[in-house]
Amino acid sequence: MYQQIVDQITARVMAGDWRPGQPLPSIRELAAGSGVSVITVKRAYEELERAGVIVTRHGKGSVVADRPEPARALLEEGLRHHLQEAIAVGARLGLDRAALHQRLDVVLDGNPPTSQSKGSQS
Amino acid sequence: MTAAFAVKGLRKHYPDFALQDVDLTLPQGQVMGLVGVNGAGKTTLLRLLTGLAAPDAGSIEVLGCRLPDEQVAAKRQLGFASEDMRLYRGQSLDWHIDLVRRIYPEWDDAYARELIARFDLKPAQALGGYSHGQRVKALLLLCLSRRPRLLLLDEPTTGLDPVARAEVLETLCDVLRDEGRSVLFSSHNTHDVERLADSIGFLHQGRLVAHADKERFLDNWRRVLCLGAAPGGLDGWPELVHVRAAGSQVELKVRAWRDDLPQRLSAAGLTVQRVDPMPLEDIFVTAVRAGGAA
Repeated sequence: MYQQIVDQITARVMAGDWRPGQPLPSIRELAAGSGVSVITVKRAYEELERAGVIVTRHGKGSVVADRPEPARALLEEGLRHHLQEAIAVGARLGLDRAALHQRLDVVLDGNPPTSQSKGSQS
Repeated sequence: MTAAFAVKGLRKHYPDFALQDVDLTLPQGQVMGLVGVNGAGKTTLLRLLTGLAAPDAGSIEVLGCRLPDEQVAAKRQLGFASEDMRLYRGQSLDWHIDLVRRIYPEWDDAYARELIARFDLKPAQALGGYSHGQRVKALLLLCLSRRPRLLLLDEPTTGLDPVARAEVLETLCDVLRDEGRSVLFSSHNTHDVERLADSIGFLHQGRLVAHADKERFLDNWRRVLCLGAAPGGLDGWPELVHVRAAGSQVELKVRAWRDDLPQRLSAAGLTVQRVDPMPLEDIFVTAVRAGGAA
């Protein structure tokens, strides 16, 4: 559940809705507003802090970090995770590296997967 | 800071059930969710905390007041709502409001009116004509408008339609904007507990088998999918609560999760395919089936 909050805040920071230096809602405020427990928001803020998306100053609450770059790192991490999952599925289908690349190209080109992917399954 | 409540060595015997040796503390400003199957002891614990029942052994302190000696002071500050509480069917909500307001000077009438609007209740109608959901909301309104510092709620969302449930949960969230107020609620609805609770108390056959902050509680469990033949002796691994082989796949449910488990499974000849966190619902069912191993 904390992951959803991490994703939402990261997305807002990446989109520029929340600018660097902008104060975040207090943990209790965000918890009440989004209907989740205080401890879940606390955990999300800890993750965001570790990823460098936000900075927490003692007694002053949290603000969006000066450089939003670190938010990229979190998204990169997410992408890597999805690719690993895709690779695991590919392995189960018996696809080699070239076949995997080709599948990715097919999706990127927006072509229907059935017409082009037939040949690579052997 | 005073705890919202603290119980130690709590015992209560009934002819067919016993609550045994419960130690539990709720810090102020927190929400605790009580989970357990029917008859696990959730209602008994709540009743002991309200002073409606007296323990056979152990101590109870509610908002700094010892029960039973200081229960009058405790009761002024705590609100209890449970399904089996009776309202007068022949009387209206307004009549009930008037009754409660006379007893509790802290009554917040503006808040009561706000809740009537939010819950879409008809204050002049006799409660005999209310639906189950409307009665539950009326009861909560009577409880919440006193602004109690500790809310004890027995199954607050059971039997509510999704809209009423959302209204009740949002109202509970509002309570927590004030960090001086605390909530203990029992629920069969593990989704509600997973969302709202800061900590989880897990009762099984009258014993508190687990109590931890929610994130740590959930972090302790994983579902692991492996490929390969399950090696003998896997049942003896203490952290594996559930082992099921289907074809070449082995599903494991793990408590007391440690990062070195995949390595140890590999060494035992299994290929770990994926490791996933478990929703509270799954943890709950798995733990109950394993005899309360949490």
